[in-house]
Amino acid sequence: MNSIKKHDLATLGACAVLFAIVQTLLFVDFIGPFWELNIILILINVILSVSLNLINGYTGQFSIGHAGFLAVGAYTGAIITVKLGLPFELALVVGTLCSALLGFLIGLPTLRLNGDYLAIATLGLGEIIRICILNIEYVGGASGLMGIPRFTTFAWAFWITVFIIFVIKNFKNSAPGRCCLAIRENEIAAETMGIDTTKYKVMAFTIGAGFAGTAGVLFAHYFYIAHPASFTFMRSFDILTMVVLGGLGSMTGAITGAVLLTAISAVLAEYPEWRMVIYSLTLIILMINRPQGLFGSKELSLKMFRLGGSDNGRATESK
Amino acid sequence: MEELLKVNDVSMIFGGLRAVSNFTMEINKGELVGLIGPNGAGKTTAFNMLTGVYDPSEGEITFEGKRVNGKKPYQVTAMGMARTFQNIRLFSELSVIDNVKIAYNMHIQYSLAEAVCRFGRYFDEEEAVTKKAIELLKIFKLDRYQDEMAKNLPYGEQRRLEIARALATEPKLLLLDEPAAGMNPQETHELMEMIRWIRKEFDLSVLLIEHDMSLVMGVCERIYVLEYGFCIANGLPEEIKHNKRVIEAYLGEEVS
Amino acid sequence: MDMGSFAQQFAQQLINGISLGSIYALIALGYTMIYGIIKLINFAHGDIYMLGAYMGFVATTMLGLSFVPALIFAMVAAGIAGIIIERVAYRPMRNAPRIAILITAIGVSFFLEYGMILIATPQPRTFPAVFEASVYNFYGLIVNSQQILILVISLVLMAGLTYIVNHTKVGKAMRAVSFDADAARLMGIDIDKIISMTFALGSSLAAAAGVLVGVYYNSIDPLMGMMPGLKAFIAAVLGGIGIIPGAMLGGVIMGIVEAMVSGFFSSTFRDAASFVILILILLYRPSGILGKNVKEKV
Repeated sequence: MNSIKKHDLATLGACAVLFAIVQTLLFVDFIGPFWELNIILILINVILSVSLNLINGYTGQFSIGHAGFLAVGAYTGAIITVKLGLPFELALVVGTLCSALLGFLIGLPTLRLNGDYLAIATLGLGEIIRICILNIEYVGGASGLMGIPRFTTFAWAFWITVFIIFVIKNFKNSAPGRCCLAIRENEIAAETMGIDTTKYKVMAFTIGAGFAGTAGVLFAHYFYIAHPASFTFMRSFDILTMVVLGGLGSMTGAITGAVLLTAISAVLAEYPEWRMVIYSLTLIILMINRPQGLFGSKELSLKMFRLGGSDNGRATESK
Repeated sequence: MEELLKVNDVSMIFGGLRAVSNFTMEINKGELVGLIGPNGAGKTTAFNMLTGVYDPSEGEITFEGKRVNGKKPYQVTAMGMARTFQNIRLFSELSVIDNVKIAYNMHIQYSLAEAVCRFGRYFDEEEAVTKKAIELLKIFKLDRYQDEMAKNLPYGEQRRLEIARALATEPKLLLLDEPAAGMNPQETHELMEMIRWIRKEFDLSVLLIEHDMSLVMGVCERIYVLEYGFCIANGLPEEIKHNKRVIEAYLGEEVS
Repeated sequence: MDMGSFAQQFAQQLINGISLGSIYALIALGYTMIYGIIKLINFAHGDIYMLGAYMGFVATTMLGLSFVPALIFAMVAAGIAGIIIERVAYRPMRNAPRIAILITAIGVSFFLEYGMILIATPQPRTFPAVFEASVYNFYGLIVNSQQILILVISLVLMAGLTYIVNHTKVGKAMRAVSFDADAARLMGIDIDKIISMTFALGSSLAAAAGVLVGVYYNSIDPLMGMMPGLKAFIAAVLGGIGIIPGAMLGGVIMGIVEAMVSGFFSSTFRDAASFVILILILLYRPSGILGKNVKEKV
């Protein structure tokens, strides 16, 4: 058990070093506003993809309504700071909790469904959330909620992302996390092992939804605005794509998927008319060649590199 | 003898089909009971009723005096019944040790907060569970595979792992659904020895489903025979062996 | 609102709903056929509908064709596009995890949308008036010629499809593959060919819907397929996915409900209504109106 603690501390140390480097580069303006924006966006997308991976990858529940929870977080967070004038920290907490609560309420009836049916239901619910927001005048309706102060800094986004990654990683390596994995592997066997499958499905869904809400608060407080058009089902597809591209059920995969796709998107921003065409072609080609995602369900670790590159390929191929 | 499981006049009706009709059975503490019948006789349906997968259409099932009807499978497991499956259902993409640890999860006390933030009971209990899981794997000679993915085990080992996993839930009654399916005579023989040994070692009762009569004769103390959903006979192996209706049901089959 | 005008309003929305619903039904048919045969939610299907509308636009403006030849042109072009998409993007993934194929479908959808924006600019185009639009007034109920056109064309196409599926060799093979692909292969059916055929048929129906919508609303744009695609998919689920009459029924019901909601409440809730239907049907009858429940065997 001590080795686990040591490993965690080492990872945390590496995060601190990474943070210090990027923060310094930002400070001396080596990283300009364009890439600063994209770094924040990457962090937000990492939160979204690891939280969706908890639902889709670990628990095996096919959800594609994540943008709805992102929206709930963004709007409740903005209400706290803009309408009520309360601090950002509170917005983060309330945004997360509201999203989680909604995830719980939605998850309870819908998680009885499985496979494609659950996917469609979550897609529909995500859209219902968006359409409801669209019709609430209090939060600006179709023109969105404007004038949100920029409270999200690199430091906030970075450390919240690290925190969420740790929470989800620890969750996976605990009894409730193993229950979720068991449900993914074989729901009927899981139930006969004494696992209340509904409880753990809803638990994973609630946690995932909550963290999507956190991402929403960060999002709204960086881009000054919460607009219904940012939370369509296309946004949910985006997040799902990151998870599947990285490798469903792999934390490092989800992170890599988010970083990679956001970065590709940013690089292509110079060619606006070609951007989505190239993006979609990349996606199709990657999926055809690596349907199991970049990492499969494996985790990327230093051990892989020690064994050499060829083994890396083999390990992921076996899925 | 102390009564453990009581099945009272239970039927299962799907649409118009009576898969199991007016089935009555009891299992006492420490007994090794067999449930046999030709393919399609309703054995697995009976199993599914006992373990909460199906809710019986009629009749009542009690376990240690508590009602089983209407309980969900996970609740039935918590009452002290564990089962294996005819078509193996392991957590195939998880490691062998995780398969067993998952079955121990019921007995874990630490809270979600303790798990996620890694404090309190988390480390002690995780360590205890890992230790228990390894011990159990050792008993079943599976410890050398502990980090292997379950799907990569040879067939016989997969069957053993499924039994080990069921035992990890610490049951009072173990239900085995055709555990010898797909095994050769040598493996089958070893398995039957193991079942007898498990019963003694873990101090539990066993209900064994088989369609091959000869297997059950050697190991079970009492036998129930199903045919077309009806219980056509029950009694000691010797009685069953000479029961006319049973011989007819197994038409042409050698009853040794 | 008194009873008389309520009834009239209701009847009016029923007419609007049925014509809208026939469009949904045409798109839903492709969804349901493709799902039935390879269990793929083909998210690019709505964009095939868009592609069809543009093909109709090209045929009428650039090639100067009249309505029926333009419709056929669009259907054939979209059918070929459907075959190519299946061949290039989906066939290599026949044995891949289903979620990966779904992501590929999303990729194809983006590709068609933004490819079209690249070629035709994001601006909406005015679809030429190929028909003398006349408005008929039956005792206060307004029916225009386009609505009649939509209904007639849809019925003809659906009848054609039903004939193909039920009475031709290809149709029989399609049903066989959707029932059990492995068994069908063993019976000597060329599965790849049948899947191609299914994509061709489904795509051409969607293209027909695209042309009809172009004629009806006079306006087309590269992202026009997103929402109708999603709603047609809901229609397919509503009727029972994989079931051809179900898609027709689901499409018409969706159209009617939407027309009623925008007629009696507010058009902003129109989209929400379809999703609410979706959730309700999934919770209470996930296999759809005409579907059968299947339980996993233990």
